[in-house]
Amino acid sequence: MFEYFTLDSWSPYIAGAGIGILSCIAFLLSNRPIGCSTAFVKARGLISRAINAESVKRSEYYREIVPKVDWPFMIIPGIVIGAFISVMLSRQFQILWVPTTWGDAFGYNPVLRIAVALAGGVLLGLGSRWAGGCTSGHGINGSIQLSLASMITAACFFIGGIGIAMFLFRVIGA
Amino acid sequence: MPLLTNLHNNSKAQIVLGLIFGICFGFLLQKGGVTDYNVIEGQLLLTNFTVLKVMLSAVMVGMIGFHLLKHFGYVQSHAAEGTVGSNIIGGLIFGIGFALLGYCPGTVAGAVGTGALDALFGGIVGLLIGAGIFAWLYPSLKPVLMKWPFPSVTVPEFLKLNLWVTIAILEGVMLAFLLILEHFGW
Repeated sequence: MFEYFTLDSWSPYIAGAGIGILSCIAFLLSNRPIGCSTAFVKARGLISRAINAESVKRSEYYREIVPKVDWPFMIIPGIVIGAFISVMLSRQFQILWVPTTWGDAFGYNPVLRIAVALAGGVLLGLGSRWAGGCTSGHGINGSIQLSLASMITAACFFIGGIGIAMFLFRVIGA
Repeated sequence: MPLLTNLHNNSKAQIVLGLIFGICFGFLLQKGGVTDYNVIEGQLLLTNFTVLKVMLSAVMVGMIGFHLLKHFGYVQSHAAEGTVGSNIIGGLIFGIGFALLGYCPGTVAGAVGTGALDALFGGIVGLLIGAGIFAWLYPSLKPVLMKWPFPSVTVPEFLKLNLWVTIAILEGVMLAFLLILEHFGW
């Protein structure tokens, strides 16, 4: 049984089914969808408050999504730890600057990769709050609840993502 | 009332539960292969369908589980009305970031746990900046976010179908899609 936890990877269907069950338990015990993008608002609010408390107090958005350490905040450190436990059990932990798909198309210069990743991260942070959720909050947990808005949002994630990825790797990096 | 309201209102217990759900979620994301940049970018390039396999099997299991729990009163729906201005515009901006970064807000945290430094210095830092930009823009964006509401909150309302009939149809569509993927060896 323990050996199963040391495997490099599981069938995506088993991992996916596990996530589906986990989502149901989260609705039951915490009355919430498992979402990941709210944590970044809360963390950003906490950082901004440390620099300039007045600006956070005045911000309308931080009155709605209060910057504090709570359930939606803790999900992100939890994910880091969970993934770390998983790679330690399978002995796959590896410090990496440039992933191969990127490196093979655009070279292994970490500065270029980090610059593009940073631009992507900014748009992801902006877009996830604009749409009110991420791949998990809308894509999985909203769809589970049969939310029409969540399914449309998830489709837009992939429409935008596929379009830009194709342009990036099939046109620029081809 | 079978809702576990006392537990839901216990903020200390919820902090611990948030961490535990995060740990389990991160573990499953990593084992499922979706904390890997190559897997996610492969999905967006339509050369690797692991992301959709994980997501659709999660939705297939979760949809039945959630609605059974809801039927017996153990959970409540959080589905909210959406709009073109919020969900479609925001979803497309997200998509651009998704392709450039190669992770989403949950998998980027998982990738950090596996040692990916582009996820840490690009992804996490970028997400914190992007969330701050949104908070700053929020008062002026509000009219856009409310623009063109969708006609219904849930899919069964939209299709004017019985809840369980809708679930049966969606489960069938997702199953068929996964079987097609496997049939062609994608």
